[in-house]
Amino acid sequence: MKKEWPLWEVFIRGQHGLNHRHVGSLHAPDAETAILNARDVYTRRNEGLSIWVVEARHISASAPGDKGPLFEPSESKVYRHPTFYDIPKDVGHM
Amino acid sequence: MAQVDQKALLEFVLRQGDNTLVLGHRVSEWCGHAPVLEEDIALANTALDLIGQTQMWLGLAAEIEGEGRTADDMAFLRDAWDFRNLLLVELPNGDFGRTILRQFLFDAFSAIYLPLLTKSADPRVAEIAAKATKEVAYHLERSAQTVVGLGDGSEESHARMQEALDYLWPYVGEMFASDGVDQAMAEAGIGPDPAGLRAEYDALIGRVLSEATLRIPEDSFAHKGGRNGYMHTEHLGHLLTQMQWLQRAYPGCEW
Repeated sequence: MKKEWPLWEVFIRGQHGLNHRHVGSLHAPDAETAILNARDVYTRRNEGLSIWVVEARHISASAPGDKGPLFEPSESKVYRHPTFYDIPKDVGHM
Repeated sequence: MAQVDQKALLEFVLRQGDNTLVLGHRVSEWCGHAPVLEEDIALANTALDLIGQTQMWLGLAAEIEGEGRTADDMAFLRDAWDFRNLLLVELPNGDFGRTILRQFLFDAFSAIYLPLLTKSADPRVAEIAAKATKEVAYHLERSAQTVVGLGDGSEESHARMQEALDYLWPYVGEMFASDGVDQAMAEAGIGPDPAGLRAEYDALIGRVLSEATLRIPEDSFAHKGGRNGYMHTEHLGHLLTQMQWLQRAYPGCEW
């Protein structure tokens, strides 16, 4: 039997309506306890309004070794940035 | 508001402050020793909440006493026979399971008692209770959940929790062993007589302990002598030597 508690990734939404942001990880036996632990570990200084936890094994990640094929092709495609349009003054700040 | 017996009021406030002080110190003993980092931080947070509540209660006690003492004086310069905490909170931590179960048994009482104190005829009492109520609601959620997790956990965790319950149970009754002080407080509208809260308490802990598959001992014997200062356990003196040694060795020391 594996004795180590599973690892959970913790996401906290701050005071000002921002998105939940990844703040770190912790160990807990289940989701409820993970939320309590997150409250005690990551919101001691009044950081949060909402907590999400997800078991780390449920996160699929890209492999660091695939960096080249995944990301480098877009480096030479500057035309994908919307910087080539003249924006009419009436539009104002975008 | 009827004229309140100040001696009884002081006694009542000391009972609240000494409970949170002694339990807060006990819980703080885990700092750096808890089985996992997350529990270590959670226990330290709980201890800090309790010490924060102590500061308010003992500050009020010093004010009522009117001899120019401070909350620090009350915490660090009184001796064992002056303390009015429940025996339950001065018991040694034991293993993690016993610490959590003791916390749960105390949290459950506080979660019922403090909301009633928020309606106290004394606004100072009501204000402290209002702040503490929110902290205690969280403490109870956490300790109850952990009691269920460990009680209804592995064979070993279940056995340890049952052992802890058998050990702690005789110290539960003292919470409801009210006396003249409690009656005076009830009559003055300061706070309810705890004796009347037993049924609600039994229902609350009964739910959690049954979910935790733990068996409440049938013996109703209750150790007493803490909240009225008649006789503490031998453990309180040892706790105080740890907690108070700096002020005793270097009187008036500040940093």
